[in-house]
Amino acid sequence: MATGTVTTFEASLDRLDVDWTHTTHDGLADVLREVSTEPAVGTPLPFDVSLPAWVNTEPTPDELETATTGITAAGLGIADYGSVVLPSTPEGTEPVSLFPDLHVAVLRTGDVVPGMAEAFDFLGEEFRDGTHSSAIIATGPSATADMGALVKGAHGPKDVHVVMLDE
Amino acid sequence: MSKSTSREAKAARIRYLLETEGDAVKANTKGFNQGRYDSVAKLESYEELRARAREIKADAIDRLPELLDRVEATVEANGGTVYFADDAADANRYVREVCRDKEAERVVKSKSMTSEEIEVNEFLEEDGVDVVETDLGEWVLQVADEAPSHIVAPAIHKSREGIAELFNETFQPEEKLETAEELTMFARERLLEEIKGADVGMTGANFITADTGTLALVTSEGNARKSAVVPDTHVAVAGVEKVVPSVESLQPFVELIGRSGTGQDITSYISLLTPPVESPVVDFDASDTPLASGENDRDFHLVLIDNGRMAMREDSELKETLYCIRCSACSNVCANFQSVGGHGFGGETYSGGIATGWEAGIEGLDTAAEFNDLCTGCSRCVDACPVNIDIPWINTVVRDRINRGTDHEFDWLVDGLTPDAEEGGLSLQKRFFGNFSTVATVGSALAPLSNWVAGTDLSRRLMESTIGVDARRDLPSFERETLVDWFAARGPRVSPTEAEREAVVYPDVYTNHAMVERGKAAVRALEALGVHVRVPDLPASGRAPLSQGMITTAEEKAHALYAALAEHIDAERDVVVIEPSDLAMFDREYGKFLAPRSQERLSDASYEVMEYVYGLLENGGDPKTLRAPGANDSGVAYHSHCQQRTLGLEGYTEAVLDRLGYDVATSEVECCGMAGSFGYKSEYYELSMDVGSELEAQFSTPETRERRVVASGTSCLEQLDSMLARPSQHPVELVAPERL
Ligand code: SF4
Repeated sequence: MATGTVTTFEASLDRLDVDWTHTTHDGLADVLREVSTEPAVGTPLPFDVSLPAWVNTEPTPDELETATTGITAAGLGIADYGSVVLPSTPEGTEPVSLFPDLHVAVLRTGDVVPGMAEAFDFLGEEFRDGTHSSAIIATGPSATADMGALVKGAHGPKDVHVVMLDE
Repeated sequence: MSKSTSREAKAARIRYLLETEGDAVKANTKGFNQGRYDSVAKLESYEELRARAREIKADAIDRLPELLDRVEATVEANGGTVYFADDAADANRYVREVCRDKEAERVVKSKSMTSEEIEVNEFLEEDGVDVVETDLGEWVLQVADEAPSHIVAPAIHKSREGIAELFNETFQPEEKLETAEELTMFARERLLEEIKGADVGMTGANFITADTGTLALVTSEGNARKSAVVPDTHVAVAGVEKVVPSVESLQPFVELIGRSGTGQDITSYISLLTPPVESPVVDFDASDTPLASGENDRDFHLVLIDNGRMAMREDSELKETLYCIRCSACSNVCANFQSVGGHGFGGETYSGGIATGWEAGIEGLDTAAEFNDLCTGCSRCVDACPVNIDIPWINTVVRDRINRGTDHEFDWLVDGLTPDAEEGGLSLQKRFFGNFSTVATVGSALAPLSNWVAGTDLSRRLMESTIGVDARRDLPSFERETLVDWFAARGPRVSPTEAEREAVVYPDVYTNHAMVERGKAAVRALEALGVHVRVPDLPASGRAPLSQGMITTAEEKAHALYAALAEHIDAERDVVVIEPSDLAMFDREYGKFLAPRSQERLSDASYEVMEYVYGLLENGGDPKTLRAPGANDSGVAYHSHCQQRTLGLEGYTEAVLDRLGYDVATSEVECCGMAGSFGYKSEYYELSMDVGSELEAQFSTPETRERRVVASGTSCLEQLDSMLARPSQHPVELVAPERL
């Protein structure tokens, strides 16, 4: 992936007030420790690297509700918008990325695409033939202006942190 | 109710909304509208995306029956159920059956206009189901028992203070709620409890893809994600028009919808759900069982609702309404909407400019008639709409149909004065304004006597009670000598042989009869730049009848005017237009009336007067022949006509004034509020003044209050004259040499 695309992605995340970190497979555990607060729940990463033991990857509904951090993989990053694409999985990427106050999205740096057109080309194929047929394009934290001013964390996370796995 | 008492009732209702909801609505919609300008400006491919979005919608509506078959097949292959509902009652019955089968006690909903349209909440509640809105704005309205005032931000008319008071009174929290943060967190917690115990989740759908059966839900809060995924049963209700061919076809809409609506580049969440989804049910009744361990036994029902849409598809004029993606841009950009909001400018369910099309198609003409007049045809929504719907045209067509559907007792009174081509049923007020060209001709012939008679108390009172011309308005004052007569007596000052170009200055009704000075100034300015000018006696453009919804009359005028201009165009004369709303007719509405080649020829040959002056200067015209500012010139405050801006022509006036050395400050309002004859009507006088107050304020700041006021439209000039102590004039009057 062209570095220009990743730079654009980082700039978009900055604009959204979303923190981001680069790391390697080996450094992932430390980075997650640093950015997360416990209790943390998660779903297994499909990247040949597992989540540290302190992340509960088989949460119950109660644990989901009390967790402060949710860690999931993201399938794509979209540079122009600073969005991450979260595929719906049987392990619960949807609820784990939604209920806790902080969502940590782990993304392979090589999976950042320039814009929405590339993302939808990918999603079209994935939905028709691939393993996933549902996904969330998530951009920044949950937000509402319905109560008279912009507030983060309306029904979903108040903060998002994107961890990019460099290969 | 007589016409004049119903006018009073309308005025009172508008006054009430201006006082109670106007401030909150104005602040919010103007914020959204500015956000749209900013966000769209950053998007290089904006026009390309708009064109694609429109193309996809047009194709989808054309192929709708086929796409609906396809969606049914894919959703059922995925394991869901599709139900086609003929109307609201049919849809509600089906949803009730699903709830009964599930023995559902509680349904949680995310925001859906279609579910408001069918009033499913009330229906289910009658069946003993607890229905909870989880969108914070919708929930506020549910607690307050009020209707949405905006299609995207439903509680836009409520202030933070108002919501705090409502929550504190209703829920009596231990600590009084005050800040937006406190209110949001309170709502989040309460609603989470509701969602945890819900049996069914109901959502709408912004789009549905035929190839995969995927629903696209555009939200920012995350409540749709919870509503759709936490309970094991998901019911989605959507109009049949929401189907698009493929996943890829979602892309332009995803890039446009947030920008067009609230001015966000994209909303926080675009959920692309292909139900039944793989995500595990979050069963809080089994709160100790890991999520992923249970059977994922999900049930999904897609209820696709016709409710008048298939008939709209067959109606060549209303059909485009079905392209609407309900982004709300046409509400936010609309000056009248900014003042009264959706409780004034809206019907049973939908609000804003396009609501006329929706309500006419779904509820019927009566509902549309209640608010259709609030569209003044200013056309500011045309450039704002991401699918390029000609919203003012839909409003005009519906107005025409409403006119034909009503009868009126006073027809005989204006019959002599009003040679229109309309069948009976048109209100007297509409006929008066629609036939203004005849009124003006008689007015000029009888001037100054006609001005004197029209200005008397008695006749003003009569005019108010019969045709509803507000007595607080100054009436146009007719000149005895029309522009055409003046020019015929004076003759051209540049002969065809010495001229570089030849032009016809179009004597529109106002310039010819009332604002004759600006016509003379246009002639002098053009001649100063070496143009051979003609001012022939030409028919009216049809703008006046069109704005009253008198389409047949407008069309007749269009044919007559084109016939009268055709030879001039063949002789390669340019057509120079002073009144922007007439030029907008040539460029836009004549496309509906004339043969395509004729309209194209007229449109190509026509110029706005300052655009023409700009072109002459660019092509070697000598700016010294025009009037430059004096030594201590206080500068110019310029207000560009709404339709002129839609045509993208305001820059020419600025450029000419700039080139001549004037310091120009341009207004930043969508419309002056007068909007043709709108502000003359007694039921809308106060609204018109409220909209205008914005412009008045912009031209009364320390930076602008000493500046000379110039404006391009007749109605803008009338409005500015009524609001500001200093006079206003057309820009061409400012720059034209005094004598030639
Ligand atoms: S008509 Fe156009 S601008 Fe208005 S809500 Fe529909 S899509 Fe948006």
